[in-house]
Amino acid sequence: MSTGEGWLVGELRRRGVSRRDFILFCGGIASMFALPSSAATKIAAALSKAKKPILVWLEFQDCCGNTESFLRASAPTAGEVILDLLSLDYHETVMAAAGSQAEAALDGVVKTNKGEYLCVVEGSIPTGANGAYCTIGGRSALAIAREVCGGAAATIAMGTCATYGGLPAAAPNPTGALGVADAVPGVKNLINLSACPANAANLVALVSYYLTFKRWPPVDSVGRPLFAYGKTIHDNCERRAHFDQSQYVEAWGDEGHRNGYCLFKMGCKGPVTHQNCPTVRWNEGTNWPIGCGHPCIGCAEPDFWDKMTPFYRHLPDVEGFGISAPVDTVGMWVVGGTAAAFGAHSVLKMAQHRLATGKGPTTEAPPPPPEQPRTPATGGKP
Amino acid sequence: MTHVVVDPVTRIEGHLRIEAEVDGGQVQDAWSSSTMFRGIELILKGRDPRDAWAFTQRICGVCTTVHAIASIRAVENAIGARPPPNARILRNLIIAAQCIQDHVIHFYHLHALDWVDVVSALSGDPAKTSALAQSISDWPLSSTQYFTGVKTRLKDFVDRGQLGPFANAYWGHPAYKLPPEVNLLAVAHYLEALDWQREFIKIHAILGGKNPHLQSFLVGGMATPVDPNSQASLNIGTIDALRALTAKGRDFVNRVYLPDVLAVASFYKDWAGYGAGAGNYLVYGEYPENDSANPPLFLPSGVIRNRDLSKVLSVDPGRITESVKHSWYDYSGGDDKPLPPAQGETRPKYTGPEPPYERLNLTDKYSWLKSPRYDGEPMEVGPLARMLVAYASGHKRVHELVDTALGQLKVGPEALFSTLGRIAARCIETVVLAEKIDDWIGALAANMGAGDLRIQDTAKWDPSTWPKEAFGAGFHEAPRGALGHWVHVKDGAIANYQCIVPSTWNGGPRDQAGKRGPYEASLLRTPVADPTKPLEILRTVHSFDPCMACGVHVVDAKRRPLAEVRTP
Repeated sequence: MSTGEGWLVGELRRRGVSRRDFILFCGGIASMFALPSSAATKIAAALSKAKKPILVWLEFQDCCGNTESFLRASAPTAGEVILDLLSLDYHETVMAAAGSQAEAALDGVVKTNKGEYLCVVEGSIPTGANGAYCTIGGRSALAIAREVCGGAAATIAMGTCATYGGLPAAAPNPTGALGVADAVPGVKNLINLSACPANAANLVALVSYYLTFKRWPPVDSVGRPLFAYGKTIHDNCERRAHFDQSQYVEAWGDEGHRNGYCLFKMGCKGPVTHQNCPTVRWNEGTNWPIGCGHPCIGCAEPDFWDKMTPFYRHLPDVEGFGISAPVDTVGMWVVGGTAAAFGAHSVLKMAQHRLATGKGPTTEAPPPPPEQPRTPATGGKP
Repeated sequence: MTHVVVDPVTRIEGHLRIEAEVDGGQVQDAWSSSTMFRGIELILKGRDPRDAWAFTQRICGVCTTVHAIASIRAVENAIGARPPPNARILRNLIIAAQCIQDHVIHFYHLHALDWVDVVSALSGDPAKTSALAQSISDWPLSSTQYFTGVKTRLKDFVDRGQLGPFANAYWGHPAYKLPPEVNLLAVAHYLEALDWQREFIKIHAILGGKNPHLQSFLVGGMATPVDPNSQASLNIGTIDALRALTAKGRDFVNRVYLPDVLAVASFYKDWAGYGAGAGNYLVYGEYPENDSANPPLFLPSGVIRNRDLSKVLSVDPGRITESVKHSWYDYSGGDDKPLPPAQGETRPKYTGPEPPYERLNLTDKYSWLKSPRYDGEPMEVGPLARMLVAYASGHKRVHELVDTALGQLKVGPEALFSTLGRIAARCIETVVLAEKIDDWIGALAANMGAGDLRIQDTAKWDPSTWPKEAFGAGFHEAPRGALGHWVHVKDGAIANYQCIVPSTWNGGPRDQAGKRGPYEASLLRTPVADPTKPLEILRTVHSFDPCMACGVHVVDAKRRPLAEVRTP
């Protein structure tokens, strides 16, 4: 496949699809659009010339966790993505070039492939100190994001920092950190892949979806694809039967804990957290946090560092979460300052709203970052 | 004199900028700048100390686990919680797995391309590569057909004209010395290691639910239940699964990573003469072997001064200070007086050029990293420091492996103080840990078999059992070196929090006395053949495995003095 055939044909052949099958496939497309059979070879030629889609991956106020998550991808693997499926033209953690040569690579993509490349953003974007809280090659993260996301065909904000500001934006947000939607308002074709980090399986599925259909899948009210965030952790939790029977872990290592009882009373945020962890799981399906005995911390939700903490305090027994089984002694949640903070929060409203309306895809913008600092007193008196 | 700026330094975690003066084909002076700041310690203030590990863990996703470990140790130290044996063993397993995986990824995916010319691999003869591979290892993926396949895949990739992450690099640079066959071998193993790391780290998924950012840590223990008679706990089936993963991991380390490091190093022996750096080494030690207050550590703590391997000094955290003379912070008592962590204060104050900028003002403040010092001296931390302290302390297995490696490369112990020494030390540590890790799996099995199912100090979970005010410190050997967290707990909440982390020790700027940080010192006299392609600078900086997100931290300006902390 070295010459005369494009990336797609080469890839298909590597995966066992012959050139003849490929032409037949193109004939199928032709007949679908009621074109003459001679069009099949034209379509085949057009597809054969296709270059690998270009991907640039930007890292700002990040911990590299989403990159590490990407390296755990298995279908396809990171190696297949890097060598075969996409052209990863810029990714600081992976790329060989450094310094001005690295910046030239990014500049080249933005200038010569404007409107054609895919962009992944990892990490939040600081707006304080005139951008000095994060610079790369002397340029601020904000300036880079505006230029690169602005020229992309589509952008994936990966991880809760890039989507909603995440950890750097947690109160008191010392650097004025924002997610992509807020830092670069109006950026086109932006989709949010939240969680800390986002699951590689969801990234790969999302990119495949885009490459196949040339558009993003339907999203929820905070911009996340429904295929991965359409249900709560609680909906699909393997411990749900124990919840329904009021069988709870009461102390770390107790009999209930050892027997896989529900972690609700230990602070599990699964009832208000939307993600497919229970079904997709992590590291090629090996396990997931609740599977190893720890409560869900709600990492896929906006502002979870403020709204889901203290992590070990359990949710209020409020109708609207979709959970009605009896849970004893929930008073502390309701009386404390946290109850007010939580009750006012969009996560709760969102959860209730969804349950009430069965809301489908929307184009609503993600909620703005928290404007009020946390009350320190709520953090330390569980 | 040519002024060289490398920004971004790629193939690291985080955002690092190196500026250097090059003259006569050598680095005459160098400056290390971290260009990203988040303020995580400020965010921690007022929160539940039991939550802190999840926050600090997100300081870094490459060395995920390390700030979680240091955090729970610090809080436990403050509130007097004592993790039971199962928790200690589970932590040792998690820490060792992290170190092994991280070191392999560093060599193949972050560092190798400084030594391996991917384009040259295209002219490698698969038959000769096969013969070479079989001469250094009995690793089965070594046939002519195998390397023909790798070469074809690489050629197809290049022929498509889209070089992706391999574009614009320094291929063909005169500093690349490997024959095409060694380059082809290394490219094959670059790809194999990508698959290997994904498999090996399933140890973390088993013990922590997922990787990155495991979720089984608890103040006072671990959240992973242990019960040989339950399918919802770690049981004998899990023990077997762990053993299978460590066996495969060890196999790759012994039959691929170690032989590759020795093979590549044999072509770059001159790099045993560059990159020496500060010459002082600090190690807190790691892997507690029992549950006493001062347990024996599998890898010992210690301080080595001025490359003197005849003396290992004990660590006294009271000798640590931090300078902000060249960091974007200020001290209320003036920037010329460094402060110990006990009286430390940090107020971010950016005084650098407004972005976009071409040059930093290097005579003034130029980094978001502070400059930690021990007895007023810069200290290198990390695998080299750990292996030197273990070697000088008479650690038997480390001694054997270091001597074997030095013998094979036909160099003396002085070669350890170098860029190449860091690479060798990292590999030797990986071998040692890959051998040791099954002991801890065995200990876990034995402990659960004896009926000890405790995983957490439940008596200290409720904040009402804590002192009204407490101070604690937690120490950990992260893959990149000595890590310390300090916490002040008051009325059940975090009053203050501070981290002093490996990449701050190694990557910090000059101090108030003008003493260079270890990155800066290590770059002096580094040869640079072409200042527009500073490959050699990357070699030495990468040998430290920089992790800049870890390095930048801030504490509250109004912090109270920390109490005396226990010696690690």
